[in-house]
Amino acid sequence: MGLVAEIFISFMLVVGGIFGLLGSWGLVKLDDTMRRLHAPTKATTLGVGGVLFASMAYSVLELERVSFHELLIAAFLLITAPITANFVAKAHMHRDVKERELPPTGGKYGWAGYDEIGDSEQPIDTK
Amino acid sequence: MLGAILRRVFPHPQLTAFLVVVWLLLVNTISVGNLVLGVVLSVLIPGITQPFWPDRPHVARPLRAIEYVLIVIWDIIAANVTVARIILFKSNADTHSHWIVVPLELRSPEAITMLAGTITMTPGTVTAMLSADASHLLVHCLHTDDPDAVRDEIKSRYERRLKEIFE
Repeated sequence: MGLVAEIFISFMLVVGGIFGLLGSWGLVKLDDTMRRLHAPTKATTLGVGGVLFASMAYSVLELERVSFHELLIAAFLLITAPITANFVAKAHMHRDVKERELPPTGGKYGWAGYDEIGDSEQPIDTK
Repeated sequence: MLGAILRRVFPHPQLTAFLVVVWLLLVNTISVGNLVLGVVLSVLIPGITQPFWPDRPHVARPLRAIEYVLIVIWDIIAANVTVARIILFKSNADTHSHWIVVPLELRSPEAITMLAGTITMTPGTVTAMLSADASHLLVHCLHTDDPDAVRDEIKSRYERRLKEIFE
């Protein structure tokens, strides 16, 4: 394997490591649960992404075969990360956020965690 | 008659095709044996799970979806840098977090889910809640001095494209 390839793979690993560290640091530093959610949902994506990219580059350049597992990991991560964040946000709001702390919806009904709507009027399941 | 049989065997053709691709990626080698096994699984799984998929999402313009995915990937990279800079260089007192209300024009559950996921993954915003009648989305923004501009960008950059894809 050439020196250039080694430098490239190491660079991707270091970038991934830095973003992973920053995501965790944000989790410690930020002071409110909703703010804290921003750090792991974003900074960590690029952290894992960098490592996956390095792994793909390694198998192509060093082992001389194409590996697809990293693509799958990335796809599953992109699908599951926002869902986890939504769950955490909703659980936090149920526990610690009062409805009056939130802006009004501007529509006929309130936010799904605080307001109810009859089953017949419900366009989609928001519970 | 033939149509009825086909619908029985392939209740969800897109899901079947998708599962074949995922299977081949999982085994990491493309051979005839793997392909056959993948096809068998991909016919069986949608058949068994059919009761969980009563609706079929209607994708009007699949090609637009590719453009959307590329834009979102680029925005995720930008989002990582933005959030990293806020975490590193801004004190908690200087960070102006806001709740933002995004009125929705999208009506299909799949499109709203896509939009909510995209908002969570992209610059400084996390989706928190949907209104009870699914007409508004509550978004938390980590740092902004102009909440209205963030709302307008979400609407023009993501919602407009999703509307083209799904409706």
